Amino acid sequence: MKRLLILGAGTAGTMVANHLRTKLPSGWSMSVIDPEPEHLYQPDLLFIPFGTQTPARAKRPRADSLRDVDWIREPVVAVEPDAKCVVLGSGLRLSYDLLVLATGSRTRPEETEGLTGPLWRSEVHDFYTLEGATALHGALENFKGGRLVLNIVEMPIKCPVAPLEFAFLADDYFKRRGMREEVELVYVTPLDGAFTKPIASSVLGGMLEERGIRVESEFNASEVDNDRRVLRSWDERGIDFDLLVTIPTHGGAPVIGASGMGDELDFVPTDRHTLAARDHDGIFVLGDATNLPASKAGSVAHFQAEVLVENLQRVMDGRSPVEGFDGHSNCFIESGAGKAMLIDFNYDVEPLPGKYPLPLVGPMSLMKETRLNHMGKLGFRWAYWNMLLPARPMLIGSRMSLMGKKTALLNPNPSQAASA
Amino acid sequence: MTTAVFAGVDVEVNEEGFLVNSDEWTADVAEAIAADSGVGPLTELHWKVITFCREDAAREGTAPGLRRISKLSGVGMKDLYALFPKGPGKLAAMVSGLPKPQSCI
Ligand SMILES: Cc1cc2nc3c(=O)[nH]c(=O)nc-3n(C[C@H](O)[C@H](O)[C@H](O)COP(=O)(O)OP(=O)(O)OC[C@H]3O[C@@H](n4cnc5c(N)ncnc54)[C@H](O)[C@@H]3O)c2cc1C
Repeated sequence: MKRLLILGAGTAGTMVANHLRTKLPSGWSMSVIDPEPEHLYQPDLLFIPFGTQTPARAKRPRADSLRDVDWIREPVVAVEPDAKCVVLGSGLRLSYDLLVLATGSRTRPEETEGLTGPLWRSEVHDFYTLEGATALHGALENFKGGRLVLNIVEMPIKCPVAPLEFAFLADDYFKRRGMREEVELVYVTPLDGAFTKPIASSVLGGMLEERGIRVESEFNASEVDNDRRVLRSWDERGIDFDLLVTIPTHGGAPVIGASGMGDELDFVPTDRHTLAARDHDGIFVLGDATNLPASKAGSVAHFQAEVLVENLQRVMDGRSPVEGFDGHSNCFIESGAGKAMLIDFNYDVEPLPGKYPLPLVGPMSLMKETRLNHMGKLGFRWAYWNMLLPARPMLIGSRMSLMGKKTALLNPNPSQAASA
Repeated sequence: MTTAVFAGVDVEVNEEGFLVNSDEWTADVAEAIAADSGVGPLTELHWKVITFCREDAAREGTAPGLRRISKLSGVGMKDLYALFPKGPGKLAAMVSGLPKPQSCI
């Protein structure tokens, strides 16, 4: 019997396991390994600070999403790619023929000096962990006004639009509490604008400006000075804060570093189209664990899972993997007051305005704030638990489409291009 | 895309001033870009960073980001800011004739 092991049963690992469950060729067995008894729907972390979601409702027993899947409830402490085996917390060694790394990414606040100092979880908060989002809810409820600084320490981060959403929702939250005038919102980013892709960056930058949120760009945070309540940068700028909400440095799972398989942040070097681990035979990687220049997002994990399932089947069948992944990513961006926008892009094509998923009809509007997009974002929660994780067929394809998009925007001077 | 003259040679650069073709890079071009972008005359420590960036990019196929440079080049973050003020990630790549490092999204 040959064995496929899947490390990590989060968004990506669970989808792959449920896709393959009914498709395993004879002679193959499959197990997933994850020590955590509960599955957290991470997009809910954005809503917990504002009291529109509760910590208890953001989690479900992991067993619910792994029915009929062999689940080993232990941590993996090491991967030995040369011996083709993994070592479990109990010391048990399991050999594999194929291995899927889906161990995700986590925040590393300790990478920034002073971040986890005396003010941590009182005036300095994160919302990328359940404990952080919960503590921040209390801090926001008690906030009496002053300067709220939102800081992305460095890229890459999970769901790169979540900090923008946090800024929009904070604006809305303080307005609803009738205290927006007393709060100064500052968005402090290492990027040179609101977002990494030019057209979306200008739209999103405009949305921050409309809401009176100041942007401090190209700011690489070096230190949090707890005594003076100042966020400092490597180029010696300083920003005072009354409340600091940080998105700390992210890294891959510690087991990746411990096994010597990661880059400088323990992300695994991965082939951008086949999802094979670049340096090791018989290993594939997907979701937040890769080093790919695609968003670390559940939607990306979903598109990758479809490609990966095909590739695992091909390799089990003695064929070579296809170059099926194009960097496709899409995400809803909550913009406050019951509206949201949607962006859709891949490795090569930046987000554009238009309709999605069907040209002209939509019903979703790309890069435009609408109520329907907000319903879409909330509907996604249902779809996550009921469609995505169980790997039921979804309407949207894994490859990005340009249909229905305003592609003319990609070329600022089309007449010139045509004559060239 | 436009053509710039660095060290008496025509090289193609994009809107932000990064070389379009990394093969057009020479040590003289590096000096010229450095002078142009406010980095100033290149010292031994600058060269340590540039050499790392070019070797790493040749190996990895992409320009290294700031964290990678600070972790693997042997030159720490503080020094990188002193050497390439106002954005060592971007400037080190530019002077090394590499594309702007992708800030992954
Ligand atoms: C605030 C926030 C908002 C977000 N919003 C969105 C959104 O709106 N849309 C969207 O698409 N995405 C969103 N995301 C991102 C999305 O949640 C992640 O990209 C997605 O969960 C990644 O899936 P993954 O399987 O790679 O990692 P995860 O889901 O994090 O799973 C990793 C799993 O690996 C397990 N693991 C780790 N180490 C080991 C080990 N040593 N042994 C065994 N198991 C291990 C962990 O226990 C975990 O279960 C958001 C994320 C955050 C934090």
